Amino acid sequence: MRKTLLFVVFFITVCCMIYSCQNAGEIEQAKYMTGGKDLYTANCQNCHGANGEGLGELAPPLTDTTFLKENKVKLACIIKNGSSEGVVINGKSYQGKMPAFSKLHDIDVAQLVVYITNSFSNKQGMYTYEQVAKDLENCK
Amino acid sequence: MFVSNSIIMIKFKNISSITALAFLVISFTACTNEKKLPIYGQREAKIVKGADGTERVDTVYQTIPAFRFLNQDSTYITQYMFKGKIYVADFFFTSCTTICPTMHRNLKTVYEQYKGNPDILFLSHTIDFKYDKPSVLKKYAQKLGVDGPKWQFVYGSKDEVYNLAEKSYLTVVKEDSTATDGYIHQGWLVLIDKEKRMRGAYDGTKTEEVEKLKKDIVTLLAEEKK
Ligand code: HEC
Repeated sequence: MRKTLLFVVFFITVCCMIYSCQNAGEIEQAKYMTGGKDLYTANCQNCHGANGEGLGELAPPLTDTTFLKENKVKLACIIKNGSSEGVVINGKSYQGKMPAFSKLHDIDVAQLVVYITNSFSNKQGMYTYEQVAKDLENCK
Repeated sequence: MFVSNSIIMIKFKNISSITALAFLVISFTACTNEKKLPIYGQREAKIVKGADGTERVDTVYQTIPAFRFLNQDSTYITQYMFKGKIYVADFFFTSCTTICPTMHRNLKTVYEQYKGNPDILFLSHTIDFKYDKPSVLKKYAQKLGVDGPKWQFVYGSKDEVYNLAEKSYLTVVKEDSTATDGYIHQGWLVLIDKEKRMRGAYDGTKTEEVEKLKKDIVTLLAEEKK
C-alpha cells in the first residue's frame, strides 16, 4: 500500500517536471516569436509581405516549407549576409538581391528564423541563438 | 378609442421620423457628391479680362511643368501622355531596400483596382540616375508585375528629376552616401488632376493613407466627370 502511494507520488512529480519543462520550452519559443514578429515587421515585411507572400518576382514568398526545412542551416547566413544567388521557391525562380542585415545580433537572427519558420503555415519549432553562431561559421 | 388613437400617433411619429432620416441621408450624400479635394502648391492672383472687357481677379494654381523622360520601353514620354487623365506620381529607385518595396506594394493595389479604367495613369520617377537606365526599369516593372503603358517608369537627368520632385511634386529627394542605399527620399504618392494641379499627397508606406488615396481618386474622378 505504502509502496503504491510512494510510486504514485513519484510518478506525479516526474510528470509535473516533464510538463513544466515542456512549458518552459514553449514559453521560450513564444518569446522568440514575439521578438521575431517585431523584427520581421521592421526589417523584412516591406519585401516579403505581412503574410510572407513576397512581392511579385522582386522578393520570394516565405511560404515554401520544404525550402525552409532543407535550407534551415543556411537561413542565418541569408539573413546576416544577404543573398543574390537566386532561389527557386514554390517551383518559381527568383533572381533578386536580398540585402545583408549585418547589424543584427545572433539572438535577433534566431528570433527571425523562429518567426518565419513558424508562421505563414510553417511549423518547424525552436531554433536557438547558439545554433545561429554555429550556422554562421559555415556560410559560403 | 384611446388605444387606437395612440397607435395612430406612433405610426405618424414613425413616418415623420423616417422622412426626417431620409432627408438627412439625402443631404449627406449630396454633401459627398459636392465634395472637392483641396488644391496644393503656390497660387497667384491674376487679373484677367473678360470677353466684355471687364477685369476680374482669377486664381492661378501651381501646375506640373512640361517634362520629357525616357520610359521603361526606351521611348520619350511627355505630358501629352497624361492629357485629359489624372495620375499618381512618385519617386523611387530599383535598388531601394527600405520604403520603395512597401510604396509599390501599396500602389500596386490601387493599380489593380483601376486596371480597366483609362482615365487614370501611374508615373514613377527613378532618382538613381546612375544605375536605373530604361532596361533596368523594364525588368523592375516586369518583376513587380505591372509592365504595360498604364504604369510608366521614367528615367531622366539628375537635375531634371530632382528639380521636378522638389519644386513641383513637393517631394524631398537627395543623394546621401550615409543613407542605407545612397539616397534620401520621401515616399509620397502624389495625386495630379487633369489640369496638372496637385490634389493630394499620401504616405505610400502607410496602408491607411493609401486607403485615403483610393477614396480621393473616386472623388477626383467624379469631379472631373462634371
Ligand atoms: C529588399 C528586399 C528584401 C528584404 C528587406 C528582405 N529580403 Fe529576404 N529575400 C529577398 C530576395 C530578393 C531574396 C532572394 C535572394 C536570392 O535570389 O538569392 C530573398 C530571400 C530570402 C530567403 C530565402 C528564400 C525564401 O523565400 O525562403 C529568406 C529566408 C529571407 N529572404 C528572409 C528574410 C528576412 C528574415 C528578412 C528580414 C531580416 C528579409 N528576408 C529581408 C529580398 C528581401
